[in-house]
Amino acid sequence: MEAYGVRNFQGKRESRGRQNSHERKDSQGNPKRKKKEQSEYFFDYSLLFIVLFLLGFGLVMIYSASSYTALTDFGDSAHYLKRQLVAAIIGLGLMIIVANIPYHFWERFYLIGYFVAAGMIPLVMTPLGVKSHGARRWIQIPGIKYNIQPAEVAKVAMILFLAVMVCKMGKAVRSMKGFLVMVAFPMPIALEIYLITKNLSSAIIVIGISILMVFVASPDYKKFIIMALLVLAAAALVVYLVVSGSEIFAFRGNRILSWLDPESDPTDKGFQTLQGLYAIGSGGIFGKGLGQSMQKLSFLPEAQNDMIFSIICEELGLFGAVAIILMFIMLLWRMMVIANNAPDLFGAMLVVGVMGHIIIQAILNIAVVTATIPNTGISLPFISYGGSSVMFLLIEIGMVLSVAKRIQLKEL
Amino acid sequence: MLTDNNKIFHRKKILVVFFVCTGIFIFLFGRLVYLCVWRADHYSRLATDLHERERSIKAARGRILDCNGKVLADNKTVCTVSVIHNQIEDSEKVIEILCQELGLSEEYVRKRVEKYSSIERIKSNVDKAIGDRIREYGLAGVKVDEDYKRYYPYDDLASKVLGFTGGDNQGIIGLEVVYDSYLEGEPGTILTVTDAKGIEVESAGERRIEPVKGLDLCISLDMNIQTYATQLANQALATKQADSVSILVMNPQNGEMLAMVNVPEFDLNNPYELPEGTPEDITAEEKQNILNGIWRNGCINDTYEPGSTFKIITAAAGLEAGVVTPESSFHCPGYIIVDDRKIRCHKVAGHGSQDFTHTMMNSCNPALITVGLRLGLDSYYGYFEQFGLKTRTGIDLPGEAATIMHKKENMGNVELATVAFGQSFQITPVQLLTTAASIVNGGRRVTPHFGVKTIDAEGNVTEVFEYPVTTGIVSEETSATMREILEKVVSEGSGINGKVEGFRVGGKTATSQTLPRGSGRYIASFVGFAPADDPQVIAIAIVNNPQGVYYGGQVSAPIIRQLYENILPYLGIAGDENEQN
Repeated sequence: MEAYGVRNFQGKRESRGRQNSHERKDSQGNPKRKKKEQSEYFFDYSLLFIVLFLLGFGLVMIYSASSYTALTDFGDSAHYLKRQLVAAIIGLGLMIIVANIPYHFWERFYLIGYFVAAGMIPLVMTPLGVKSHGARRWIQIPGIKYNIQPAEVAKVAMILFLAVMVCKMGKAVRSMKGFLVMVAFPMPIALEIYLITKNLSSAIIVIGISILMVFVASPDYKKFIIMALLVLAAAALVVYLVVSGSEIFAFRGNRILSWLDPESDPTDKGFQTLQGLYAIGSGGIFGKGLGQSMQKLSFLPEAQNDMIFSIICEELGLFGAVAIILMFIMLLWRMMVIANNAPDLFGAMLVVGVMGHIIIQAILNIAVVTATIPNTGISLPFISYGGSSVMFLLIEIGMVLSVAKRIQLKEL
Repeated sequence: MLTDNNKIFHRKKILVVFFVCTGIFIFLFGRLVYLCVWRADHYSRLATDLHERERSIKAARGRILDCNGKVLADNKTVCTVSVIHNQIEDSEKVIEILCQELGLSEEYVRKRVEKYSSIERIKSNVDKAIGDRIREYGLAGVKVDEDYKRYYPYDDLASKVLGFTGGDNQGIIGLEVVYDSYLEGEPGTILTVTDAKGIEVESAGERRIEPVKGLDLCISLDMNIQTYATQLANQALATKQADSVSILVMNPQNGEMLAMVNVPEFDLNNPYELPEGTPEDITAEEKQNILNGIWRNGCINDTYEPGSTFKIITAAAGLEAGVVTPESSFHCPGYIIVDDRKIRCHKVAGHGSQDFTHTMMNSCNPALITVGLRLGLDSYYGYFEQFGLKTRTGIDLPGEAATIMHKKENMGNVELATVAFGQSFQITPVQLLTTAASIVNGGRRVTPHFGVKTIDAEGNVTEVFEYPVTTGIVSEETSATMREILEKVVSEGSGINGKVEGFRVGGKTATSQTLPRGSGRYIASFVGFAPADDPQVIAIAIVNNPQGVYYGGQVSAPIIRQLYENILPYLGIAGDENEQN
């Protein structure tokens, strides 16, 4: 941490104006020694390496998890791998472009982004919409075979929008009113995602990102702790109502019941959860070895997608799973370092938003796979199959790298 | 514009986010450790169950061997033909060939071939030759598994004793049921790893768990004696046009059953065949009732009034209690008055004055009633229980019927008098035989049984069965006296037709009228043992509802005589030197 230096959060105009007038210091901590332009700014290779590792590992696991079903369904064992590879390459290209654009460039698009996201979601109901896995969540970009998930666009747009809003509101964000305004903006998007695309998990993630950003922007703890307790109490109440047989939560209720006791209902809602547990349990400590999963032979639905973590557990065992969890913790740490040293509040909030997005998704995914929370479809960032998801995640990483580049290397 | 204070709280907050998220990750890691380490066995087992399709391999059922090692129940190799829906490539061809080879209707086969199930059995117990032929077609998705079918080399011999097995090789009646756990063995399985659609994963190969053959059961039944007794019983059945004939042969010293015949028997290889002339349009329930009647073992499952053979018990009780000696004299006027009832002797003119031995030789009702009355209700009932007549014999066959006897508090002198000569209560034939054996063998009540031991496939004895023996039923003296009296019954008395040249045979006849009285239906029976001074074999013949002459002495005693004429030399029982001279 020390090596990269720590910068003050500064007013953005001031920071922009002073960018080139700073005294330059090298990473060895020798003050007042002039260095070349390149070494003066920071490029976070660790973050890039972690992301590339997760991407590469994800591609291997997608091939392993999907080759059997891909062969029977499409006659090409690499069907999913190829599509993911294309998305990853496009995503990496976009990431490099975004990383090289100063992040303040995006600031002006915050309102457009918000409305584009809000406008894109209803498109799934138009002929452009694509139905898959029993839900309309994708739209096809005309002229290209690839589909795009508006919810992913919405997540990026929301991060940008809230980061700008935090800066615009200044100290007002600390008041109760400011808090409510910050939470009110993402609501329409989240509701759209939930009601139109029936995608509860993406809606939860959008809300989660917003709350996390507001949490960081505001010095207060009390209301967040109260809020967390209220959410927990509400969750407990819902579980209680479902268990006691109330009819209010008919659709989600089954998911909760099958979460509480997946083995009681192995044919229906509990099926995916139980199959995931079979995979994790049969992997044991050391796993069956790469490619040796049995559960991927169409026993486990969405093996290459939401449930890929259980295939990792089955093939690579507890050690493989720990490696992934450690990679996510390192990713979290890198982003924390960047956020803490960001040249200004806007940059810090952007990084916090991206961090929130990736970490919330990773935590929820692993929690679902291990049946720690009720089953809801959430993919594992960078690893699960899903073109739009990986592309937009890489764009976000590009933004983080762009923020990191603005960190000046000077000793604390 | 932002103060230092602000940047510190932002950093702090980000740090809080970092630690909270790391904490959640550590919690999830803990959850994974729980799943991967503590629950691993549980989930791997469930997953393996899910991935493997299993076909069971029947275990060869243990054989049943007679006392000379002759095989009474065996196995023959048959095939089970089944189809695995997901592996069928050409279902039309499969249907056609299976219809043609197995002789089944197309509709039946089509329904099973097209049914979406993991494995569907088409037909079991297919001849091995046909099974081999089907296998040679090499049809994808058709499995021919060899297994075993029970086979009884002597068809109907001892059918009600041996019993037969059902489609899953489980015992249905008889010894096959009682010794099922020894005979059945452990079925094996062929496990193949498949994907979720049931398609075999070729690289995984298959795992076999070999079946364990059941243990062979050695029984005391002697196939030769059983065969001969069956011939005699069938002969009596035909000549006397009786409803049924039963012959039991037992070793009175240890309770080993040498033969148990109940004609008509049925074909063990075809136990569900209905008798000729059965209407076609009967319900399943009616059919089952008819079959249950055919399979019923009358010696064990049914009770009857023993009649005069029961005088053995009354006499033994009288001698044991000392209320009578062989020399005690009785007078029979042809009837006896008990309380207000006049009970007639079968000889209307009466037997006149006679000693006790002669009352038994004449089977005199009034004399035995007198013995019963002398004993009194308490004493008589006590002996009834002491002889074990109120308990089951414990024979190793299913469904032994219990004794139907008056409650002691409901018995008066009249009831006591009728019981004394074998009427107004019911016991099973095997109960009578066992009790008679215990009286003549020195007072040891043995448990009648077939099962002797089990041996494994290598011929090692795995278990020798032991049966309880109750001693002190009667004293040795009483037993000896009874042997003498009963020998006289055969040599000079009513059982003269049971006499075998050159051998000392003791016995007692009985002719009991079945209920309701006056129906003209009788049961003629004779229980006899040899040699009279040291019984090695005891047998009873019961002819149910003979036409024409119905006296036990005339109908049943000759059956035992013929039996003994053959089996006594066969068993190596020494003849009586004196008489031969």
